[in-house]
Amino acid sequence: MANDHIDLTVEPGEVHALLGENGAGKSTLMNQLYGLLQPDEGEILVDGEARTFRSPRDAIAAGIGMVHQHFMLVPVFTVAENIALGSERTRLGFLDRRRARREVLEVSERYGLPCDPDALVENLPVGAQQRVEIVKALTRDVDLLILDEPTAVLTPQETEELLTVMRGLCAAGKSIVFITHKLKEVKAIADRITVIRRGQTVGTATPDTPEDELAALMVGRAVSLEVAKEPAEPGREVLSITGLVVDDDRGVRAVDGVDLTVRAGEVLGIAGVQGNGQTELVEAVMGLRPVRTGSIQVDNEDLTAMSTKQILRSGVGYVPEDRSLDGVVKEFTVAENLVLDQYDREPYGNALRLDSAAVGTKARELVDEFDIRASSTGTAVGTLSGGNQQKVVVAREMSRPLRLFIASQPTRGVDVGSIEFIHGRIVRERDVGTAVLVVSSELDEVVGLADRIAVMYRGKVLAIVPPDTPRDKLGLLMAGITGDAPAAPVFEAGDSPASADEGTE
Amino acid sequence: MTGVSTATVERPETSAAAPFWDRQRRLGVGVVVIGLLAVVLFGALAPSETARFTLSDDAEGAAFSINGQLGAILFGVIALAAGGVLLAGLWRRFQTSMLSLGILAFVLSFLCWQVAGKFLPLVDTVSGTLELAVPLILGALAGVLGERSGVINVAIEGQFLMGAFFAALVGTMATSVWAGLFSAAVGGVIIAGILAVLAIRYLVDQTVVGIVLNLLALGVTGFLYERLMQPNAQSYNQPPKMPEWRIPGLADIPVVGPVLFDTNLLVWLALILVFVVHFALTRTRWGLRTRAVGEHPTAADTVGIRVRGLRYLNVLLGGLIAGAGGAYFTLVATGSFNKNMTAGAGFIALAALIFGRWTPFGALGAALFFGFAQKLATYLSAVGSPVPSQFLNMLPYLATIVAVAGLVGRVRAPAADGQPYVKS
Repeated sequence: MANDHIDLTVEPGEVHALLGENGAGKSTLMNQLYGLLQPDEGEILVDGEARTFRSPRDAIAAGIGMVHQHFMLVPVFTVAENIALGSERTRLGFLDRRRARREVLEVSERYGLPCDPDALVENLPVGAQQRVEIVKALTRDVDLLILDEPTAVLTPQETEELLTVMRGLCAAGKSIVFITHKLKEVKAIADRITVIRRGQTVGTATPDTPEDELAALMVGRAVSLEVAKEPAEPGREVLSITGLVVDDDRGVRAVDGVDLTVRAGEVLGIAGVQGNGQTELVEAVMGLRPVRTGSIQVDNEDLTAMSTKQILRSGVGYVPEDRSLDGVVKEFTVAENLVLDQYDREPYGNALRLDSAAVGTKARELVDEFDIRASSTGTAVGTLSGGNQQKVVVAREMSRPLRLFIASQPTRGVDVGSIEFIHGRIVRERDVGTAVLVVSSELDEVVGLADRIAVMYRGKVLAIVPPDTPRDKLGLLMAGITGDAPAAPVFEAGDSPASADEGTE
Repeated sequence: MTGVSTATVERPETSAAAPFWDRQRRLGVGVVVIGLLAVVLFGALAPSETARFTLSDDAEGAAFSINGQLGAILFGVIALAAGGVLLAGLWRRFQTSMLSLGILAFVLSFLCWQVAGKFLPLVDTVSGTLELAVPLILGALAGVLGERSGVINVAIEGQFLMGAFFAALVGTMATSVWAGLFSAAVGGVIIAGILAVLAIRYLVDQTVVGIVLNLLALGVTGFLYERLMQPNAQSYNQPPKMPEWRIPGLADIPVVGPVLFDTNLLVWLALILVFVVHFALTRTRWGLRTRAVGEHPTAADTVGIRVRGLRYLNVLLGGLIAGAGGAYFTLVATGSFNKNMTAGAGFIALAALIFGRWTPFGALGAALFFGFAQKLATYLSAVGSPVPSQFLNMLPYLATIVAVAGLVGRVRAPAADGQPYVKS
């Protein structure tokens, strides 16, 4: 059951934050409100009147609009086409394109959401696509706007802009349901907060509630929001990347001349809005993507000449960013997934056979060590929660002797309990002298884990800064603004200050 | 650890600039190769006799004549020149024109060789091309309708066969060509209906369903043909042929007149439908929604579009059109049904759909090209050419492989093509 007797009331003109962990049931609730799912029990009242929504069409008619976490835009359509879709106006049976353009311009002007009606959506940056989504909802005259994790893909600056837009909408009398798991944003914008945990309403709060109290409400116990770690003791240079150039799938330059080094015993965090080359950088290091020019070396061995299998076996651990696509085989059991990297080697097997007893023993060991909650090691991984699936990946990648550990979005879609655990293991890996590279689009995660932060923007490393760099400066860097002053000193691993002082929220 | 201890391997530093062998240069190589082939091979083989291209159906009244050998070499040189321009990386704005020029010159060089000492009736060639293209156009349009909304239609062949069969059966029984045409469309809809239900409702793999339906149509029509039609051809397999209508005045225009304005309804239907489907897809509410459903069905759903309903509608409309295309085989081409008479035309239509990049006008162009290849194959075997006509019949498939391999621009199918829509 994703939703268990939830009550929620939204007043006109308020921002109502719906706070909850991944998988708490926030999106399920909103999908019912938007007519994509039908509730088994309970009712929806709009202006005091009971309504049933069989499809989004009914919800739209009742004045409800939704901006989904994954944008619902057709990439090959223009902005105007996307906005008109579903409520097209026609003249003599043909689409009234002029009127569609005019409507887009009107709404975008009225609410201060700049939007080019003739641009192709696939060519727009994420922030602009989100504006299109909001304009799309507004052209349908909604009174209640649901924003599902709208800030997940935005830079801090874009987030600020979005919050301003939200305030403007409320001033114009619209109500907003703001779904998120980010406490800072909730406190910045919400008029009221409803916290959901495991499909139930566990409390309502006001924005002046302290963060740790909100977090405890959300998770169900007191949580430490900070990553506990000692100052790093960086050793030899393990990973060294020089002049790296990599293309993306479309053949467009994604990594454009990157130089990076990661030392033994330090965590280098890569911050940046998604899609600025981080994915391609990591894939190139892992041999999953061809390198155009440049070199990637681990302890002076050239990785670009090796296959991914060789790279893994030379002592590199890798947690891919898309867990279900690249991290696990969902239909395979926990045990099988735990030896995916070594199934063909003693003691787990050889070219001809698999030693299921040895695999089972190893699996039970790792399940205990990494606190993987599965009914047995023979359960299919796909049935586990996101957090436990991720722990399977981390356990597997850490079960080999490592020189370098690379984690891409290590806690995406993972519950707070598992986040704490995974962060702890990453720090422990650092402390035993492994070089660690963490890529995350969650700035808090990078700041919490990293001993040095490299900010990537449009395929380049704009700056390498210490983790106590002020957030607004990091935000500017993520938006590509380096500033003029002696900003962004290149910060070397050797002289790292105590790093745990700037806490994550 | 296996400890791969290879020393640092030097990698050649490739330039970060655009690669030298870009698309234009690679195309250039291809065009130069066919140009050389034309000059050397066609030029050497072509007899030094006059090749006549005539407006009438006999050797008289040549609209254009040239010494075969000279022509073969001349056009070969033109192809070579076009290839050279591409290869040198010149005039990038005219890349497509140069490519077309190269291919056209190659074809003309080939024709000069083949026609040398003989004659090629132009009107007959053009109208034959168009007629052979008619079922391909209709079949490809059926594919456009289904696939733009996200349902792959491999069953065009089956829809053709059912259409052809029903046209013959009902056309004979009702002694009406129009009743035949109408029931042909119904026959196509039957196959399309099964495809739609299995693919949309039961989420069966669409390619597999399509192939199975082709076999089903082959089996059913084959059985009924042997049991019903063959013994009683008079009462079941002698449909009236589709009348040719001549539009006075317009039909007197040279070449175009006899081809377009002295012909049967299906030709017009196919050509008009190309325009109708094109404008409907790009300019109407239905078209916008169809494309949305084929590209991003979830997005369409969230703005209240009934994804499955629209897919049903489009697949059934496609069946209607492909079924009518099937009528061509019995009501226009031969005048009676025969076992497996469509002989793979449905697959060529599918090839035209892909070669035409899922657009109505692209499909029209591809269908005409394939129709020309077929017509030329018939001509070659008629004049006893040493070139096996099978080579030309292979052309559609060869062209499709080239297209799918991405050699002629990027071929991009609708993003959700073939993916059933399941609400999460």
